[in-house]
Amino acid sequence: MIKEKLKKIEENVYELPKEENMLVPGRIFFSKKMIETIEEDSLKQVQNVAKLPGILKYSIGLPDMHVGYGFPIGGVAAFDLDQGVITPGGVGYDIDCSVRLLKTNLKKEDITKDNEKIAKALFKKIPSGLGKGSRFNISRQELKKVLEKGVNYIIEKGYGKKEDLLYLEEGGCIPGAEASKVSSKAIKRGIGQLGTLGSGNHFLEVGYVEEIYNKEVASVFGLEKNQVTILIHCGSRGLGHQIASDYIKLMEEEYGFKNLPDRELINAPIKSRLGRDYYSAMAAAANFAFVNKQIITHWIREEMKELFPEKKDLEIKVVYEVCHNIAKFEKYNIDGKEKTVCVHRKGATRSLGPGRIEIPEAYRAVGQPVLIPGTMGTASYVLVGTKKAEELTFGSTVHGAGRVMSRSSALRNIRGEKIKKDLKNKGIEIEAGSWKSFSEESPNAYKDIDEVVKVVDELGISKKVAKLIPLVVIKG
Amino acid sequence: MKKFQFLEHTADIKFRAFGKTLSDLYKNNALALFEVFYDKNVKGKENYNINVKGKDYESLLYNFLEEFLFLFDSKNFLPSKIISFKLDEKKLKITAEVSGDQIKNYNVNTHVKAVTYNEMFIKKQRSSWISQVVLDI
Repeated sequence: MIKEKLKKIEENVYELPKEENMLVPGRIFFSKKMIETIEEDSLKQVQNVAKLPGILKYSIGLPDMHVGYGFPIGGVAAFDLDQGVITPGGVGYDIDCSVRLLKTNLKKEDITKDNEKIAKALFKKIPSGLGKGSRFNISRQELKKVLEKGVNYIIEKGYGKKEDLLYLEEGGCIPGAEASKVSSKAIKRGIGQLGTLGSGNHFLEVGYVEEIYNKEVASVFGLEKNQVTILIHCGSRGLGHQIASDYIKLMEEEYGFKNLPDRELINAPIKSRLGRDYYSAMAAAANFAFVNKQIITHWIREEMKELFPEKKDLEIKVVYEVCHNIAKFEKYNIDGKEKTVCVHRKGATRSLGPGRIEIPEAYRAVGQPVLIPGTMGTASYVLVGTKKAEELTFGSTVHGAGRVMSRSSALRNIRGEKIKKDLKNKGIEIEAGSWKSFSEESPNAYKDIDEVVKVVDELGISKKVAKLIPLVVIKG
Repeated sequence: MKKFQFLEHTADIKFRAFGKTLSDLYKNNALALFEVFYDKNVKGKENYNINVKGKDYESLLYNFLEEFLFLFDSKNFLPSKIISFKLDEKKLKITAEVSGDQIKNYNVNTHVKAVTYNEMFIKKQRSSWISQVVLDI
């Protein structure tokens, strides 16, 4: 049992000692309660990541960690630029699966009686894209511009406002993206999917701010009690999935996988041609994901205006968008020296503290907004990034609750119809593509989001700002 | 002989497939994937040809299954039956024809993001073959 090897360093922090070919130890950020149910296989994955060339300090498991492929979900690792590698297994197949939060000038009371109407209208307006394609048509040439220029390009086309750009991670465009590094297969998979949610754990949620924990920061983010908010959770769709798969194959051809602890940890040196190509393609997928949410945001604005014609001054603004599955070049203090490293976040959120240049100017004094979606029907949280995260976790924190129940057992044990009814009784209206997607994503299939958030707040790798409660949920 | 069986997996879908021959094994893997997409009857209105190669048994399986994800996303094609199937064991090549229908005509279950190498194996046990696949969904 790997679990028995865990050594407690302090409250909520455990070390997985270096052994065999591990180059660094593992570091697990779990509460005592959560350690009881930690998955052996996820610990094995933390050990495997610690064996990758050029890894710095430690291989990290965040409180929402569960088994992934290659890296665990909720896994973070940083690599030295000269000795280190970049791996699709540390980013995931759903490149830049991410979350955007919108705020409105509506109050909870303004919309509660219209829940059902809003659910139906948004479900109709925002397609899941499951085999039905998108209403958004785009040529291959235009798609290439989306991949290289990101949100800026689509705003020029009329999808949103210039000021939206100010509140997106990377300004809605990761530099270095190259469409020529994206295969024609990936283009074909993605071209019909812009402006679609996708399925699985992706969703769109209209909710309200139930509680404010930090008034000062909440006011900087423009959030106040009872304000209606909208969360969008989706990624780079088939385009990103294919890019991951394409580069896994290319890296296998170039480097072989015989000496790897896990075939999903195939990698390339960061500075190699293939390493650079993967980064450029990954960045293109991230830009696709940013644009995807921008189009959805535009449609939400249109639909809400139609739903609330009497509200002449209706405003829907972007609070922030954060990436969950991504590799980034960022500066950290390593053994007393500032150094640029390649941070892989697989199911993890960047959580930079006050002053960092990467944070939008309006938020820079307090730290970046960290958005943690709950599961269907449970609370979501807005937190703020910290200096502590920069010291402990390469500026990273959790990305969600983390699954505890398999999809098949959720399907067996939880009936979709019952969930819909239970949620309705709680005042939450829900529309989904199928009963099956209800059951699979049941709140009972996930760790307790409140516990996960409590741990990161206690640890200080992000601090609670506000709690959001859903009123309307749309699932793919 | 059972064609395939689904196993527990926390976040994704994991299945084993079985076959008397390697060729049957690959076919049954495809059938397991089809069931993940949609577990009821699908009309055979469209056909697609599939040609894939691999470097080893596992990569051939990965590439074979991935082809259906590609058709799902790019052609909105929901596969249901394998009309013809030929495996070249030496060259590690599969040539197949599948039939199915447009996804919009069905309330499909699951969109699969990717085939993974996580916990993947293909091996011979006594006189038959067994494989395991985890799908990212």
